[in-house]
Amino acid sequence: MQEQTDLTIANPKMSARDVKVFYGPKQAIKGVSIDVDMDHVTAFIGPSGCGKSTFLRTLNRMNDTVASARVEGTITLDGEDIYAPSMDVVQLRARVGMVFQKPNPFPKSIYENIAYGPRIHGLAAGKADMDVIVEKSLRRAGLWDEVKDRLHDSGTALSGGQQQRLCIGRAIAVEPEVILMDEPCSALDPIATAKIEELIHELRGRYGIVIVTHNMQQAARVSQRTAFFHLGELVEYGVTSDIFTNPRQERTKDYITGRYG
Amino acid sequence: MTGPAIFLLLAGLGAIAWVSARARALRLQTAARETGRRDAVHSLPGYHGWYVALWTLIPAGLFLAVWANVSPGLVTQAVLADPAAQALPADAFSRSAILGEARAIATGLQAGAFNPASQALVEPYRAALNSYGVAGAALALILAFAGGAYAFTRVRPDFRARTRVERLVMATLLVASLLAIVTTLGIVASLLWESFRFFSMVNPVDFLFGLKWSPQSAAMGYGNDDAFGAVPLFWGTIFIGAIIAMIVAIPLGLMSAVYLTQYASATVRKWMKPILEVLAGVPTVVYGYFAALTVAPALRDLAVSVGIHGASSESALAAGLVMGVMIIPFVSSMADDSIAAVPQSMRDGSLAMGATTSETITRVLIPAALPGVVGGVLLAVSRAIGETMIVVMAAGLAANMTANPFASVTTVTTQIVQLLTGDQEFDSAKTLAAFALGLVLFIVTLLLNIVALRVVKKYREAYE
Ligand SMILES: Nc1ncnc2c1ncn2[C@@H]1O[C@H](COP(=O)(O)OP(=O)(O)O)[C@@H](O)[C@H]1O
Ligand SMILES: [Mg+2]
Repeated sequence: MQEQTDLTIANPKMSARDVKVFYGPKQAIKGVSIDVDMDHVTAFIGPSGCGKSTFLRTLNRMNDTVASARVEGTITLDGEDIYAPSMDVVQLRARVGMVFQKPNPFPKSIYENIAYGPRIHGLAAGKADMDVIVEKSLRRAGLWDEVKDRLHDSGTALSGGQQQRLCIGRAIAVEPEVILMDEPCSALDPIATAKIEELIHELRGRYGIVIVTHNMQQAARVSQRTAFFHLGELVEYGVTSDIFTNPRQERTKDYITGRYG
Repeated sequence: MTGPAIFLLLAGLGAIAWVSARARALRLQTAARETGRRDAVHSLPGYHGWYVALWTLIPAGLFLAVWANVSPGLVTQAVLADPAAQALPADAFSRSAILGEARAIATGLQAGAFNPASQALVEPYRAALNSYGVAGAALALILAFAGGAYAFTRVRPDFRARTRVERLVMATLLVASLLAIVTTLGIVASLLWESFRFFSMVNPVDFLFGLKWSPQSAAMGYGNDDAFGAVPLFWGTIFIGAIIAMIVAIPLGLMSAVYLTQYASATVRKWMKPILEVLAGVPTVVYGYFAALTVAPALRDLAVSVGIHGASSESALAAGLVMGVMIIPFVSSMADDSIAAVPQSMRDGSLAMGATTSETITRVLIPAALPGVVGGVLLAVSRAIGETMIVVMAAGLAANMTANPFASVTTVTTQIVQLLTGDQEFDSAKTLAAFALGLVLFIVTLLLNIVALRVVKKYREAYE
């Protein structure tokens, strides 16, 4: 049903093949295959409850925290099976970072929020080193200029959009290879959203980026690849401009023209 | 007429009032409905029933309450007016003894008289009791009838009986809640008053900062100066309740909360939590004898065996340890609540960074829950320092200022018990000191509670 011959990437960063996810007896994802690389932003779209978050969370094994969840199929990172027993989930999550729907900075200072990951992974040799990491991460997250004079204020005192960029900076600080974003703008106002989208443009090429979004204009603006999910199936997966201008599946067309969702 | 009979009679009247008023309202309202106007009928018939029944019962009940307090005095006066009372001795003490005996015989509590003088008064007593009893009952019944009749005449289809009854219900509830407040105020007032009397005998500065506590010597007439220095008691209280007990309760409570919220499976949690809560329901006297009979001797033997001399069989450590165990459920349930209140998204955020569960707990969850935990600990401290049974049984009476946990210390609550048990004159400094101690304890626990609730509330708002 999927036509993705044109999309198979020779050496993908991450690659999912025939992934199925079950919550107890209930199947939430029904055989999904997708590649992620550094040069393309991949957007997941689809109506609520179709399994976008579920699939996204399989990519850094956040589903491990749900007792009833079970994953089948293979997902590789640089060719290595991330569900293999030899895979250290702590390492995996350092390499595949995640940004959530609701900004969730820790109730600590801005500095400590960014330093959190490097500290637990032992990435900084000392205070000076950490300062460098914090500045670099905040710069990449496009937040440095706004917070450089108040690094020791609480992260929770920032505006929603700043908090979300802080969370992106926090993920960047551990030098991930892939960043997963689950509706990162759904709690933000349009201006904050525009800033995040701009940031995604800047991050492309350096990180593999997967973004779940409810907003189809956003998918069109930020992504090069789009995957349309419906009822746990990957209905259509293709180049973003194709999906939006020339969907091949009836269901995709119905969704992007706003017939349901 | 006897008390129970009057009550039965009134209850019967009330029931009749209810039934008949309800029936009347029903009949009138059915008729009124025919007129077809919506506002012709106001309250349900049952409300009319209650309205009339309450009018029947409340005035009569109030009258009886007053009468029960007034009539004994009236009876005594009537007896004293009797010619037989002329023979009574003039001195008040034997007079009231004779009257009391006569009264006991007249009401059937006592069979015969020891004092022949009382025998003479039995008959007048009986007569007076009887006439006042009948008068009271008659008045109550008249009131009941009058109230009921008045209310009954007001039963109309559109009479707002519901509003009246609701208003009375509200007033009753208000009185009930005021009663608790008034009682508290009364307690505070009496504490303040007795403490004031104490401080007129003993300088408050000497009391609050004095280092020597020996109320016994004051009682034996050595003077009040520097016998009431309460610092050793404050120290003992803090040493046991806020130091030793908390060293036990905070880590154990916190760890059990972390285990229950983060590691335990749903089934384990379902069993462990109630069991932990049972610990909170054990009567403190049980903890007390556990501390005194089991823990204290074991600790003393231990101390002696490792060569600590002068270990007392009533040690601060025994009382503190057991009190700590008693407090664990408080700390753990407060910590449990505050950890559970930290949003799941914090936990996810940390795990998604590649943190392990224990890193997430120590670096994110506990810091985030800290204000709630601190609030819980403050509440636990306030409970621990007010705790009495354990320290009375296990901590001893020696007002030592020592940091040696194997020595005996005493606490504020222990001394209050000590000062007030046995035969006491209620105006010596020794007895009044108990009130001053109680006042200090009251103020400290009140402050702790206020601060703790503030902290917890603020923290709850942070995550709304
Ligand atoms: N923790 C869970 N336990 C059981 N079912 C879940 C859980 N999370 C999600 N689901 C179910 O899986 C399906 C996909 O959910 P989700 O991935 O959150 O969808 P989306 O992100 O596209 O809105 C839904 O039917 C949802 O009810
Ligand atoms: Mg979702």
